Amino acid sequence: MALEMSGEYELPQAREVVWKALNDAEILKKCIPGCETLEKLSDSEFQATVKLSIGPVSARFKGRVKLEDIDAPNGYKIAGEGEGGVAGFAKGFANVALAEAGEGTKLTYKAEAATGGKIAQLGQRLIAGSAKKTADRFFENFVAALQDYK
Amino acid sequence: MSATGIGAAVRRKEDQRFITGTGNYTSDITRPGEVRAYFVRSPHAHATIDKIDVSAAKRMPGVVDILTGADLAGDKIGGLICGWAITSKDGTPMKMGAHPAIAADKVRCVGDAVAVVLAETLLQARDAAEAVQVDYGVLPAVVDPAKATAKGAPQLHDVAPNNLIYDWHLGDKAATEAAFAAAKHVTKLDIINNRLVPNAMEPRAAIAEYDQGNDALTLWNTSQNPHVARLVISAFVGMAPEHKLRVIAPDVGGGFGSKIFIYPEEVVALWAARRVKRPVKWVSDRSEAFLTDAHGRDHVTHAELATDANHKITGLRVHTIANIGSYMSTFSSSVPTYLYATLLSGQYAIPAIYAEVDAVYTNTAPVDAYRGAGRPEATFVVERLVEVAARELGLDPAEFRRKNFVTSFPHQTPVIMTYDAGDYDASMTKAMEMIDYKNFGKRKAESEKNGKLRGIGFSTYIEACGIAPSQAVGSLGAGVGLWESAEVRVNPTGSVEILTGSHSHGQGHETTFAQLVSDRLGVPIDTVSIVHGDTDKVQFGMGTYGSRSGAVGMSAISKALDKIEDKAKKVAGYMMEAAADDIEFKDGKFTVKGTDKSVGWGDVTLNAYIAHKFTGGQLEPGLKEGAFYDPTNFTFPAGCHLAEVEIDPETGKITIANWVAVDDFGNIINPMIVEGQVHGGIAQGVGQAMLEGAHYNADGQLVTGSFMDYAMPRAADLPSFKVDTTVTPCPSNPLGIKGCGEAGAIASPAALINAITNAVGHENVPMPATPSVVWKAAQGGMKKAAE
Repeated sequence: MALEMSGEYELPQAREVVWKALNDAEILKKCIPGCETLEKLSDSEFQATVKLSIGPVSARFKGRVKLEDIDAPNGYKIAGEGEGGVAGFAKGFANVALAEAGEGTKLTYKAEAATGGKIAQLGQRLIAGSAKKTADRFFENFVAALQDYK
Repeated sequence: MSATGIGAAVRRKEDQRFITGTGNYTSDITRPGEVRAYFVRSPHAHATIDKIDVSAAKRMPGVVDILTGADLAGDKIGGLICGWAITSKDGTPMKMGAHPAIAADKVRCVGDAVAVVLAETLLQARDAAEAVQVDYGVLPAVVDPAKATAKGAPQLHDVAPNNLIYDWHLGDKAATEAAFAAAKHVTKLDIINNRLVPNAMEPRAAIAEYDQGNDALTLWNTSQNPHVARLVISAFVGMAPEHKLRVIAPDVGGGFGSKIFIYPEEVVALWAARRVKRPVKWVSDRSEAFLTDAHGRDHVTHAELATDANHKITGLRVHTIANIGSYMSTFSSSVPTYLYATLLSGQYAIPAIYAEVDAVYTNTAPVDAYRGAGRPEATFVVERLVEVAARELGLDPAEFRRKNFVTSFPHQTPVIMTYDAGDYDASMTKAMEMIDYKNFGKRKAESEKNGKLRGIGFSTYIEACGIAPSQAVGSLGAGVGLWESAEVRVNPTGSVEILTGSHSHGQGHETTFAQLVSDRLGVPIDTVSIVHGDTDKVQFGMGTYGSRSGAVGMSAISKALDKIEDKAKKVAGYMMEAAADDIEFKDGKFTVKGTDKSVGWGDVTLNAYIAHKFTGGQLEPGLKEGAFYDPTNFTFPAGCHLAEVEIDPETGKITIANWVAVDDFGNIINPMIVEGQVHGGIAQGVGQAMLEGAHYNADGQLVTGSFMDYAMPRAADLPSFKVDTTVTPCPSNPLGIKGCGEAGAIASPAALINAITNAVGHENVPMPATPSVVWKAAQGGMKKAAE
């Protein structure tokens, strides 16, 4: 995969709380940018519809979000891939790690993303920026969602 | 020379309609009841097609039908083929994988069609395409030709193990190795000839119509060779017999080779039109053109040049890996072989040459002929090697060339070709005078004072065009003969219709062909019309590519005009009661030799049709003749391009300060059109050398798929060219013409890269030499100088 991203966040919540939120479909739905539907298929698999715009191409991607390498409460891999019809496809994953940091939790992630079809053909210059923005927004949304999460 | 005859700079007759928007292109044509086709294309470079569900899409508004590869196979529509058989070193034939017009089991490049939606409107078709559900089993992809044959590389076609289509060779290996063993000096270069997207101004299009009453099909398409399209679609695809298939290529907005080939979309349009019993229209958009037009070039080459103590070139050896893409396009096999390695002798007398070419499949768009087709790649190899060798030997590149030029003709090269005529020194000397070569040092010093680098580069190219003697190409594997046909129809009132198998898609045939007629018959140019591009009008034709329309197409017209002249003299003889042998024809007037008795062109043409002066037994009425012309040799345009650049080492910005082109195209019909061809060719070559490059990422996604990421040359990138010619008439055709359509694109990349490498002081400057490439090279070059 072509694009690699990483980041880290200091969270005031305890690691167990953060972990629980990371596995909560409602929270994920709120946090995945452009997520319109997220239906739980099993504890670790969801069906999702995500609206994404990259450069001149805007499309609704239908696909799956999977939680893999689950190691409670240390982290997991969250992977998603979706087909956007004529626009092509997008896929990516993030390895999320949680570590105790005093009272709170340190969240670090490493993510990769790839696109194909028209979205890769036309949006090339914008993909790196869009992917980074999408990853950042997910974790920013997550930090915000945690504020009144128990 | 008359004002509209051979050699006159006549304004192009066709331009009035082109520039006023009154041309008639395929997409301008609308047939009653037509449906629009939209292709569902793979977003994956390599994948199995596990399932296609069209049920929801079929229920969408306006949808007439949705067809898949399974439907195509069910109707027994054949696949597309490559029409030139190449044989590997070990005698085995090339390994051609199946190319169905719609993929059924597996996709092999991004843009491979998996279904076609037919709907009342284009928007309805596109909407429904969104609803076609395709389950792909994604496979790893290979895009780099140098990695395609590696162990463990993803395999594209079962028939071609290790993705190898052929490993072919040409020349004398032992003699070449001996030359290298005895060499005083060997110059070595690794060269990547960058992949290009053709980008004709008019994207491809097709409309197919089925006539149920006659069980016949008509296809309007953007073709450079409608008869060849009909032949392939009939004989190999098995769509309909030739006499039940009419192909019309109306005005076509540029081709550059990319519209020679038979493409899936036109096959699908014909098939679908018969299935749904309504005309089917497909027009490529620019994004589709990037993905699905056959690309050009894409060679990875290692080349070596051997010289002796007297600075004579004694040997040349080349190993090239040619990327053919995901499927073998119509003439793809011939481009990196017989159109490439046969030109590796350049303008030089080289006693031993050996070339090896491996053609490989990759998960990219098919690669085929693109302006110059093989010859730009050969010229780039030879002219870079020669320039670098001169630099390594401490010789002036002009002197080194002069020492090695072919100077007597005919000259047999070690790689098939027999050069028939030329004066290479004359072109180079004239070019050097025009660019003021002897004062280049002063200009360089001036640039250096301003903190700029300056360089000059030669390209003394040769190419083989006027394609081609049928027997010769047949012996090399071509599936067709490459002659041309013409018919001259003279009307009773004296106006003339020329039916030609050549096809004009920007070349200006309506003007130049009419100039030939005007010259020969003494008639005004506007009483001549050129009819081309319709298989129901023109009996047959091999089309336009390989700079062949002048040398081959016009020679056929010239032969037919000979017959017209003979017949017209007979008619004039009956009119003036003289023997045909005693009639002289000049400037449109028939005169009885040694008398003042004469009749004019219009009198003779009318008499040919009213037939009052002769009885049927004496002479057939009418004035119409046809001819087929098969050339006896290729033609060999050659010349010298000199590029002079100034580079800002701080930014890598290249300014082309001077460009001189002196070409020998043999006799010239219309110098203005020739100059235009040279200008366009240089622009395309400069595009390849410093702007254009098609890139696939490792997943096989085309990441230069629009004009945002693929840089085309613009006026501001180019200098005002200084163009001139030298003339050695071509001895093998009646008009002495060689062809000029590709020369500019063939010559120019080497000239520009030679100039840039000269400026920066080292040889590692890949194409396209973008500012970032040149900046790095300039920085490295300066470091080298400081050491």
